[in-house]
Amino acid sequence: MEDYKVKLDVFEGPLDLLLYLIKRDELDIYDIPIERITKQYLSYMDAFQVLNIELAGEFIVMAANLLYIKSRTLLPVEQQMAEEDADEHDPRWELIRQLIEYKKFKEAAAQLRDNEALQEKLFPRAPVVPEIQPTENLLVEEVGIFDLIHAFQKILKRLDKKKEDLRQIFEENFTVSDKIDYLLRVTAGGTSLRFEELFADVASRAEIVVTFLAMLELIRLKQLRVRQEAQCGEIWIDRASEAAMTFV
Amino acid sequence: MSDDHVFALPRIVEAILFASQKPVSSEELVALLRGAADSAKEEPSMTPFAKVHSGDIVEALILLEEEYRNFPRSFELRENAGGWQLVTRPVFSPWLRQLFPENRPARLSAPALETLAIIAYRQPITRADIEAVRGVAVDGVMQTLMDRELVRIAGRSELPGRPLLYETTQFFMEHFGLKNLDDLPNADELRRVALPKAPEASVVQEPIVFPDDVIPTEPPIENPK
Repeated sequence: MEDYKVKLDVFEGPLDLLLYLIKRDELDIYDIPIERITKQYLSYMDAFQVLNIELAGEFIVMAANLLYIKSRTLLPVEQQMAEEDADEHDPRWELIRQLIEYKKFKEAAAQLRDNEALQEKLFPRAPVVPEIQPTENLLVEEVGIFDLIHAFQKILKRLDKKKEDLRQIFEENFTVSDKIDYLLRVTAGGTSLRFEELFADVASRAEIVVTFLAMLELIRLKQLRVRQEAQCGEIWIDRASEAAMTFV
Repeated sequence: MSDDHVFALPRIVEAILFASQKPVSSEELVALLRGAADSAKEEPSMTPFAKVHSGDIVEALILLEEEYRNFPRSFELRENAGGWQLVTRPVFSPWLRQLFPENRPARLSAPALETLAIIAYRQPITRADIEAVRGVAVDGVMQTLMDRELVRIAGRSELPGRPLLYETTQFFMEHFGLKNLDDLPNADELRRVALPKAPEASVVQEPIVFPDDVIPTEPPIENPK
């Protein structure tokens, strides 16, 4: 498992994670509870580390920035360090401004996506056959990586509740490729599974991690498809069919 | 046999668009009509079209549009950056997709679309400024956008290190069915959003990935309208 690394920076950045957390918990973007969001942001960083997901340096920078802002909000106003451009007393302001700006472009991108989808349905007299091959890998179709990490964290928590028997010594007899075989077997014949079901018989933390990584790998290889019923809803896994493929 | 009614302007425009393999602009339509009139001077029914101008063309296009809508046809009239075009209506896409199964282009990833949106609204723009908005490096994504010819190098900025500037291409407009940059969704607001600027210190000389002669040396163009 050591040499297994998933690169995240190709997909999403730290601002995506913050917007995701804000949306998920229905927070007010203009009045971000910095303590809460910092805590959650860091818990995602932990999850990335457990999964050995290679984080872009920007994630670390953002974590440092959040902690800095949090520390400043803890100081009494008169003791807060005067910054050169401190017209705004709220130390969160710069981050909020950046988030709002980024959100606008994210929304514009969504509208471009709609345009693209419409254009795909319009056939001119002599459609040009595109020669361009997809250059990026498919990671997650309708479900974002942060949703998956969220679900993964829930599974880990549930295991903690079950109180993993620490005296028991597990032989580490699971590899990512074993779990790939397992996942392909249980999804054979078009069976759809809930995310939790994948981990039903899992006994150890290491096994959860390996299973999760196997799932990510199969998504990347376009073998599995992940769908979510609604924002933060049930996550379903099944085999990717030819027609359902889009390229990320 | 009288063919007079056939020579109504909307019918001629329709014939041109029907046969054309690419979009035709209203300027091109004017030129085509005048050219035909010039080369058939002895034909009295052609003479009225020698003085046709773009206002007449627009009128004809509007009539055609109405006609296709009121007496539903399987196709409709669309304008994109290249001009006017007859395309099948979206509801018929399931059948046409069967006809052209290979004709489904790879969709762009969310990061690629976001990056593209930032470039589209704020062009010409440096890579550092794009990254300042996205909060994450865009190297891989930029390469994808360049490979797919949605984005190209627009020149170099006058900033220290003379970083490359990027802009969207004509193909970008076609891919998203846009007439021009003002046709971008929410263009009024987003095209003048003040961007977080990349700190100057982080502006490093970018490696030149293209031969020098490909890179225009003129000063960066202002946002093309």
